[in-house]
This record gives sequence, C-alpha cells and structure tokens, in this order.
Amino acid sequence: MDKNKRRAYMINTIAIITLYLAFFILIQTKTMNKYFIGIAILTCIMIIMAMSLNIVAGFLGEMALGHAGFMAIGAYSSASFSIALFNSGIILPDLVVLILAMIVGGTMAGIFGILIGTPTLRLRGDYLGIVTIGFSEIIRIFFINFQPTGGAAGLKGITRLVNFNNVYWITIVIAILIFTFGRSKQGRAIISIREDEIASESAGVPTTRYKVLAFSLAAFFAGLGGALYAHYIAFLEPSKFNFMFSIEMFVIVVLGGLGSLTGSIISAIVLTILPEMLRGFAQYRLLVYSLVLIIMMIFRPQGIFGRTEFSLTGAIDILILRKNTKKSVGGGKS
Amino acid sequence: MKKRVVSVLLAAIFIASIFTFAGCSSSGSKSDVIKIGFIGPTTGDAAIYGTSARDGAMLAVGEINSAGGVDGKQLELIAYDSKGDQTEAINAYNRLRDQDGVVAVIGGTLSGETLAMKDIMVQDKMPVLSPTATAVDVTVDAPNIFRVCFLDSYQGAAAANFSADTLGAKTAALLIGTGNPYSEGVSAAYQSAFVAKGGTIVGSESYGTTDKDFSAQLTKIKEMNPDVVFVPDYVQTVGPIMQKAKELGITSTFIGADGWDGVQVDYADAAQGNYFTNHYAADSPSATVQNFIKAYNTKYTKVPNSFSALGYDAAYVMAEAIKTAGSTESAAIITALSATDYPGVTGNLKFDAQGDPKDKEVTIIKIDGGQLKFVTTVVNK
Amino acid sequence: MNLFLQQVINGLNVGSIYALIAIGYTMVYGIIKLINFAHGEIMMFGAYFAFIAATSFQMPVWAILVLVMTIMAIIGVVIEFVAYRPLRNAPRLSALITAIGVSLFLQNLALLIFKPEPKIMPKLFPEMTVSIGGIDISSTTLITIGLSLVFMVLLDLYIRKTKQGRAMRAVSEDKDAAILMGVNVNRTISLTFALGSALGALGGILYSVAYIQIYPTMGVMPGLKAFIAAVLGGIGIVPGAMLGGFIIGMVETLTKAYLSTTWADAIVFGILIIVLLFKPTGILGKNTREKV
Repeated sequence: MDKNKRRAYMINTIAIITLYLAFFILIQTKTMNKYFIGIAILTCIMIIMAMSLNIVAGFLGEMALGHAGFMAIGAYSSASFSIALFNSGIILPDLVVLILAMIVGGTMAGIFGILIGTPTLRLRGDYLGIVTIGFSEIIRIFFINFQPTGGAAGLKGITRLVNFNNVYWITIVIAILIFTFGRSKQGRAIISIREDEIASESAGVPTTRYKVLAFSLAAFFAGLGGALYAHYIAFLEPSKFNFMFSIEMFVIVVLGGLGSLTGSIISAIVLTILPEMLRGFAQYRLLVYSLVLIIMMIFRPQGIFGRTEFSLTGAIDILILRKNTKKSVGGGKS
Repeated sequence: MKKRVVSVLLAAIFIASIFTFAGCSSSGSKSDVIKIGFIGPTTGDAAIYGTSARDGAMLAVGEINSAGGVDGKQLELIAYDSKGDQTEAINAYNRLRDQDGVVAVIGGTLSGETLAMKDIMVQDKMPVLSPTATAVDVTVDAPNIFRVCFLDSYQGAAAANFSADTLGAKTAALLIGTGNPYSEGVSAAYQSAFVAKGGTIVGSESYGTTDKDFSAQLTKIKEMNPDVVFVPDYVQTVGPIMQKAKELGITSTFIGADGWDGVQVDYADAAQGNYFTNHYAADSPSATVQNFIKAYNTKYTKVPNSFSALGYDAAYVMAEAIKTAGSTESAAIITALSATDYPGVTGNLKFDAQGDPKDKEVTIIKIDGGQLKFVTTVVNK
Repeated sequence: MNLFLQQVINGLNVGSIYALIAIGYTMVYGIIKLINFAHGEIMMFGAYFAFIAATSFQMPVWAILVLVMTIMAIIGVVIEFVAYRPLRNAPRLSALITAIGVSLFLQNLALLIFKPEPKIMPKLFPEMTVSIGGIDISSTTLITIGLSLVFMVLLDLYIRKTKQGRAMRAVSEDKDAAILMGVNVNRTISLTFALGSALGALGGILYSVAYIQIYPTMGVMPGLKAFIAAVLGGIGIVPGAMLGGFIIGMVETLTKAYLSTTWADAIVFGILIIVLLFKPTGILGKNTREKV
C-alpha cells in the first residue's frame, strides 16, 4: 500500500478511536448526562441521513426532496420487525436485534428506492424534485392511514436498543462504507453522470442503471438511519416524516457541500447541536437557516466544502509539515 | 488556502462546542427551591392550550409561594415549549430531567406528546401529572402518571348522554379528524354511548389534520339531516367547520368537546346555539371558581379558559402531594398523589387506581350571544 | 343528483382558487424555467395584507383588492430582482434551492411578524345563499368563481393581444432570439412576476374569505397543489394552468365526497406522478424532445 495512504489510514483510525475514548470518558464520569448523550445520538443519526442524501444529491447531482419518506419506511419496517421479534419470544442479544432490524429497515427502503427510482429518474431536475416530494407525501399519508403501525396515533412500544456506544460505531462503519463507495468504480461512474450525462453515456456508462443504484443506495442508508431513529426515540408518528424534515436534511447537505461527505458530517453536527444550544432563539432558527441558504446559493453555491473532502491528514500536514497534500472524491475542483 | 483555514476553523469549533457543551452539565440544585417542570405547546397551532395551561400553573405556583411555599421551600416552575411536536416534547422532558433536575412534571398538554414521552417517564418513575391530556392510553400501565382532566372516553359518553337525554336527539352524525387521536377517541366513545341510549348514527364523515376545506363532508351531512352533529376537535378547526355549515344552511345542532373552549371569541356567530363538554363554567356560582377567575384576570388581564383552570388545579395538586409526602423522593410523591383529595376549580379531585380522576363532573356549556353559558353537569355512571 | 351537483360546485370553488395560483407558477416557469417555490407565500402575504386593510383600515372590498394585488405585484418583482436575477445563469439546482430558501424565509418572517395564531378574515362579501335549480350556493362561492374567471380571461387577453404579452411569449419560447428582436428581457421577466404575484395574491384573498383562517403556513399545501395543477394542464401554458386548477379542485372534492378524505391528498400527488411519468408536457402541452 502507498506510504501516504497507510499514513492517512493510521491517522484517521487513531482520530476515530481517540474521539470515541473522549466521549467514553465524558459519559463514564457523568460529565455528559443523558440529555447530551441524547443530542449526540441524534447527531449521529442525522450524519447518516446527510451522507445518504449526499449520494443522490451530491454524487449524482439530482434534487431528491423526499428523503424523509425513505427514512419513514426504514423506521416503521425495522420497528415492526423488532416488535414482532420480541413478541415471538426468541431471545437474542440486543445488538443482534438492532443489526437485524436495521437490515430489514434498510432493505425495505432500498427496495422502494428501486421501485420509485426506476420510473422517476427519467425526469429532469425540477420535475424530479417535485415527484420525490409527491412520493414522500404519499408515504406519509399511507402511514397515517395504516392501522397495523398505529396509524396517526403512532407506533409505541418499540424497544430502545440504541445507545451512544453502538450508534457511534455504526455511524463510523456506515461512513466508511459510503466513503468507499464514493471512490469505487460505481461511485466514479455516478459522479461522471453528474458531470455530463450524455458524455458518460457515450463512454459506455449504463446511466439508468447507475442512477437507480445511487437512488436506492441512498434510500437503503436512509432506511438504516430510520431504523436507528426508531430504536432511539422508541415512538414513531407519521407527521414527523414530512416535507419540512426532507428540506432540513437537504439544507444540511447543501450547506456542507453537495458531493463532500465530510462537509455533510460537519454540517449535520453543527445543524443538530446549534438549535439545541440556542433554544432561546428557536423562533429565529428557520429564518436564519433560510437566509443563510439564499446567501449561500448566491455567493457560494458549492457549500462550505464544495465537492472536496476535509482531510484530517491534510490538515495535520499543513499544521506540522506545510505540505500541500489534498484528497478529494471524484476529482472535483476545490 | 482560504478554504483550508475555513475547514480547520470549523473542525476546531466543532471540537470546542463538544467540550463546552459537555462542561455545561447541571449544577447541583439549590436545596431551598423545589423545581417542577412543565411541557406544552406554547407556539404553533395548539399554542393556546399550552400557554393557557402554563399560565394557570404559574398563577398557582405564585400563590403557593406567597403563602409560604411547600414546607418552607419555594416552588419553581420551569416551562418548555413542545411546539406540539412529539420529538420536541421528548427533548424538553430530557432537558428538564437532566439539565434542570426537576422532581416532578406537569405535562404534556396534548395527548399526542404525552404518549410520546410516556415510556421514558415510566422508566424514570418520574411523578407526572398531566393537566389536559385526555387520551385513554396515557395512564395505562403507568403507575407514576396521573391526570387532572377527565378522559376522552368519559367526556364522549357524557356528550352522548346529554344529546340523548336533555336534547332528545334521536339521530346523530359524526365529523371526525383522522390523524388526531383526540378527535378519534372522543367520537368513538360518543358513538357507543349514543347507540346504547337507543340513538342512531346516520353517518360518519372525516377530514385530515391539514384540511381546511370541509364543504364536501358538510354537504353530505346536510343531506343526512341529523338532529345533532358531533365534532370533537380544537377551536381552529371547529370554528371554520361551523362557519361553513352555517353557509351551507345546515340546521342541526352541533355538539363538541373540551377542545371547543375559546370558540366563542372568533366564531360567536357560527357557534350560536351549540353545546360542548367542558371542565368548568366561568359563570358557575362556586366561590372557588370565582376567586380563581378574579386572580387570573388580575394577573393576566384575560379571562381563563378550562385549560388555565386545569393547569391551576394540576399545580396545586402536585404541591399538595409534595407537602404530604414531606420529601421530593419520586416514590413518596407518587404515593401522595394517589391519595389526593383536593377541591379544585374543575371539581373535586380524587384518583382511581389507574391515575384518572374518579367520578368527575362534566360541565355542559352552551354558546349563546358570544358568551359561554353553563347548562348542566353530567356524571357518567 | 343534487348532491353531486352540490359537490361539483364545491370543486369549482376550490378549483378556481387553485387556478389563480397555478397561473403564477406557470407564467414564471414558462419564462425563466424556475419553479417559484415562494409563490405560495405570495398568496399567504396577500391574505395577511388584505386582513390588515380590512380590519385596521376598514377599506372597501374593491380598494382592498386593488391595493393588495398591487403591493404583492411589487413584492414579487423585488423577490425576483434580489434572489433570482443573480442566479439567472447559474445551474438550475442552485436557483431551485434559492427558491426553497425564499419560501422558507417568507414563511418564518410571517410567523415572526404575525405570530402563529390564525387570524380570522372578516366577511368581505355580503353573505347570502342563492338557490339555483334546487342547489344552495353561497354568495362567497359565486363571487370566488366569478372573480377568478374574470381575471383569468383578462390575463389571457393581455398575453394574446398586447405587445408586452407578445414579449412574454417571445421570451418564453427563445430568450436569445427575443433579445435580438429588441425585447427588454429583464423588464419582461419583472412584468411576468408582477402579474403572477398579483393573481396569486387574489387567490390568497379569496382563499382566506372562503376558509376564514390566515396563518403563516397557509400557502404551502395550496401552493403545492396549484403547482401540480399547472403541471397537469401543461407547464408554461396559461390556459393549461386554469384547466389544471379546476381539474385538481374537482378531483380533490369528489374524492373527499365519494372515496375517502384521507387519501384525497395522496391521490392528487398520484396524479402529478402519473402525468410526469407519461405526459410531462401536460394536457395542453406540446411534445418537445430534449436536444443534445
């Protein structure tokens, strides 16, 4: 393996473990109480949601405004699964149940991603956006009427399987998976479709197949996020997964930079923690969000990180060695 | 280069915020203040309910503190906005428990948010007294959760009994808000009780939570021509419904539930001659009620609605329980709560094994000339 | 039969409001290929301003209509100038995101200024029930449908017969050619926004008279449905927006009356999806192939 790459992997791994230990200590010494832990867990979930949305909004460059719908599918199916499992009397360790529930949620969401994506991805930008809103609304209305999952009153009695320990590592694993996908052959193909669809088609890239792949993969990961959400909040109601929620996730990705996974991570962290810290200014939150969005689009449409990734190794290099190494996904301009 | 600086700066902010955040843990509570939490919607569509309940509770806490507090300690009511959103309510509850260190909670205000917090509250064994959550499930399998208000099923039955007995109605139509557990719960109870009294439900129409256009449903109801139409929902929905009904020339009497309180402010014309079930009547001759109304009016220059009255009673009941318990231990408070026997503004408060008020009186109110007029009380046997 | 006709009237009532709002969407999309997400908020502010004019100043109805439609026309032009013009040559995604931003911003601005508690719109039109052939129609309904039709016809005449109208059509078809022909593109686009916003404001006023309540998020659902109506009828085609508006209004009302209230919205969204998948140019639209 290339010496630089090995160094990069080592640094990143150390960073991840150190961060975890930092949290571990904070939790053990009760410096971080249940309230903060809750915020941290929600942040991890939003990181997963933002990264998954970035696959289709960033890598593929399409306007997917219905992400909440896939999260809902993942949440409800995983919750139904775990409830059924607990009721059936089969005893399994909590982590196993959580993983199984996540797989169920992700797969269901992914299947719907294929079903919805195949006919829809023929459409162009704005139309695609509206159609995704439409599908997300239909999913929400479905769950309002679907009595087996509680209908409008919601689904109760979900076991709280998520705690900070497992959600942290699950988030890391998912992040690694999505990063790897971004640099894989399929990932690059999808990015090439974003850059110039007709050219990549001419170069032999089966565009429709890869578009659907991006869409359903994003849906799959959204489903995983939904499953985690369900097993943390332990209560689901359809009205949570509305158009506004999709927009909030979209804003996170746009601000972080469409195509930058680290951008999504940092944006998700800031935009989940900030509202909680500024509870006193809650009424101004959306006003400020929207203003920032408009100003961003006019003056810096690529978001904070644009299409490149923030590289820990790169930052260390600059701080220590002043070398100009840069990592980017798919060769975007910085 | 500039972007590099920006990214490093952001990373630094992120790390810094984690540590400042982590450092901000709850300071030890002062031992001469007893903290009680309040959760309800003070913004959003249901803001009127959360604000009224909170104001009522605040009034009570103020009075209790002026009279010397509880066992010499002052009460502090910490109120958070749930925005009518269930996730927000859960966050608010977590914050009250961890950051503020409350010993008891008055909340949630809406049934939906209370149900969302229920599992965590039960796990925590936190003493909870909801002033206004009327859904049946709230107190089921929850030994630490009590409520001051009567249940949806109770008031639905009372409304039906009133319709059949006092108004002599033989036919009724239901107009239900799907997606609203309150509306669905109360109308289900109305239906059973009305049928049990020999009445007929000639039809049942529904609307969605965000619907504003009721013409289709009301046109069908007009066709059915029932004696009464039962529409249990909140003011912002039933007001326009009755307005539209008047436009369409529907002559049936409309009956509602406690969510109607306040409808006479903006919809006096449309609601003329209709009735609803409520927790108390402002023109009741009882001295307790009149004193409360005077005190509320003095402090807020507003007339209290039933949510204010329930919030007021809830705060007093909780304070009494803490006093009886002689400590802020949750188990002691819970035991004291179950033994409550308190003459409140909304009636005499005693709890049954489930944590619901026993044999509470349901007040029937008539909207007449823009005023709420007391008609009678019903107790379901 | 009477019941059915009654429901049809209900459908026409809400449909005419959707049509008014849909026209705004379709004109803007036709000329700069942008879905103006903020259009629903134009409708909402129109309602609020009418409320203020009616309650604080007790203005007569006709004055309210003229004043509010003018104010919203100006606001529409300002929004275009500030938020959309800088992005005229930017990728569509950026413009779309900005539109969402403007929409959110306006909603929250209204929330801050007017507070979330709904305001009650006073009765602007004399309240009467008219009986035609055994069906009871309220005067509000008649006036809503009537006013909508009048303004729609006026707009259609304007676009077809006047020079500015021709300029609007020219810019929609081929912006560069229009520039070469001496059309002032910026002015034409501003005019489009002005007219669209004025009609949207009228829709907002009529909506609030019919459904009484005014609140900051009142424009979201009707806006979305009006957009679906515009797509259904043929995006960019004004008569298409009118047709689409009435159809969506009818579908929604008849679904509520005969199928199910809770699925009515889902069915409207379903229509959108079907149209976009099978005939994206809409009912009155022509088939255009995308050139490489």
